[in-house]
Amino acid sequence: MVERAARHCVGRREKGTGSVALKKPSDLQEGATATVPVPFFRTKTFHEIPMSTIPITIHVPTVPARRVTAMTTEPRWVRGLLIGTTLVFLGVFLFLPLAAVFAQAMGKGVAAYFHALGDRDALAAIRLTLVVAIIAVPASAMVGLAAAWAIGKFQFVGRSLLITIIDLPFTVSPVIAGLIFVLLFGRQGWLGPWLDAHGIHVIFAVPGIVLATLFVTFPFVAREVIPLMQAQGTEEEEAARVLGASGWQIFRRVTFPNVKWALLYGVILCNARAMGEFGAVSVVSGHIRGCTNTMPLHVEILYNDYEFAAAFAVASLLAVLALVTLVAKSLVKWHVSRQQAAGSRQ
Amino acid sequence: MRISLRRRSVLPGFGLTMGLTLTYLSLIVLIPLAALLLKSTTMEPSRFWQTVTDPRVLASYRLSFTASAVAAAVNAVFGFIVAWTLVRYTFPGKKLIDAMVDLPFALPTAVSGIALTAIYAPGGWLGRWLAPLGIEAAYTPIGITIALTLIGLPFVVRTLQPALADLDPEIEEAAASLGANRLQAFCRVILPAVFPTLLTGFALAFARGLGEYGSVVFIAGNMPMKTEIAPLLIVTKLEQYDVAGATAIAVVMLAASFVLLLAINGLQWWSARHATA
Repeated sequence: MVERAARHCVGRREKGTGSVALKKPSDLQEGATATVPVPFFRTKTFHEIPMSTIPITIHVPTVPARRVTAMTTEPRWVRGLLIGTTLVFLGVFLFLPLAAVFAQAMGKGVAAYFHALGDRDALAAIRLTLVVAIIAVPASAMVGLAAAWAIGKFQFVGRSLLITIIDLPFTVSPVIAGLIFVLLFGRQGWLGPWLDAHGIHVIFAVPGIVLATLFVTFPFVAREVIPLMQAQGTEEEEAARVLGASGWQIFRRVTFPNVKWALLYGVILCNARAMGEFGAVSVVSGHIRGCTNTMPLHVEILYNDYEFAAAFAVASLLAVLALVTLVAKSLVKWHVSRQQAAGSRQ
Repeated sequence: MRISLRRRSVLPGFGLTMGLTLTYLSLIVLIPLAALLLKSTTMEPSRFWQTVTDPRVLASYRLSFTASAVAAAVNAVFGFIVAWTLVRYTFPGKKLIDAMVDLPFALPTAVSGIALTAIYAPGGWLGRWLAPLGIEAAYTPIGITIALTLIGLPFVVRTLQPALADLDPEIEEAAASLGANRLQAFCRVILPAVFPTLLTGFALAFARGLGEYGSVVFIAGNMPMKTEIAPLLIVTKLEQYDVAGATAIAVVMLAASFVLLLAINGLQWWSARHATA
């Protein structure tokens, strides 16, 4: 048993005592002090997860660490080959496109770059993108939190069905996401004649763009916060309730601090999608320059007009946004894992 | 006795949050999607059938399915290698690479679309090397597959990473001590253990590829019958004010996504059972 644990989990060998802080790692090395996280829950698809560590101290006999490592890893040349393959594959598919955006944006010089960004239509596109994000992100965050509270803290019939429905916008093609709003609000749509009669424009106008963005961004916050609220259970909230806290107080003082990093993580991803959405927005926008063009749509128009340098200049702003998103996301992830590592050491 | 659909709880706010969630979900997601289905039922069945079996539409389905499947397969192989190296090995810049895997999620699809086109166009960074080899990437199905590979990559890697990290080294040690070499241990022990997860990643990448629009339209060239994907055909029909035609194609695509969603849920159920068995 002890041996099994020792092989499975390695960590810091404390001098003299022969005890080891139990962690879960695959690199079995003597004197390693790294805290290696163990995922305590896993979301269904792609986002990684806040991590926790299991701090257990056990007694181990001296384990011949090296031998075990050699048994469960590959020869040096295989490792080199696989790492090389990874670097080349990601280089071609991730780094090269990113580099191409900036190279093409600067293709006609710095002056042309800033001229393209200072263009009236480009500024209008930037403004519209910000407006859409300012509406869509808080809305998704608020409903995501509400959904997480209902799903994470209560047991009711149809819970897993509700979770599946919340994920639905991820499954639907962005083009279909746009089409459904055309069917509802378009001139030939169900509500079209009524809206026309009252002079309200939804399709080929800003409200349509906002609706389509709300559709595609809906799951981002919910799917980050729901699993966390589920995993944390209801004990702390119940204790607060017994101590006389109101619902709002419970949320603000107990639940919110527990989920704020997951919330931030979801908001970051949601914002990236809200600002970058193309397919859904393209269907409902009508592409009216300076009026219903978001940044990605403006990129498309410039590109189709053969104004490549200008198209890539606007695209480079979106690429910077993507990089900022990745950095923010990584910072949140590292912060959470460090915090939990610190929490588990105490 | 009163039958409750909800287990009693002392916590407040269920009615409020549930009401808000359901209202929002209905207004933004469910009613619009229902409108799509309703619209398709107002079409005459023969007209619906005629639309969705038009040769041009069939060609677009074929292209969308083939390109997505090939891209997902490429991702299954290379995504596996990427996930494996990120989980098992240490090398300089690993953290940066790990963070970069999410780039296709963060980068707007239109941006990756025009960037890929610039790279693979005949005079582009890679296009000029491919042209002498007789490979035309941009404006052909190859280009579409490249774009879908980029889009699907994080799905495979992010699905596999936790599964690979969770693998018990003990079973590999057991395999080694029973005389298996590394390749045998991989094929007989590791691969079967993560295969359901790999399949889930494949299905997620495939599903995403089917619906993808932004990154494909620039590199595809969009020639009817040749490089026209199904989502683009929906947009084209809409631009020709053929709302009914667009709806019919969309319903077929939506049905395909739902079948895939069911398959993915089934796979996840299978891999969860696999993991505990």
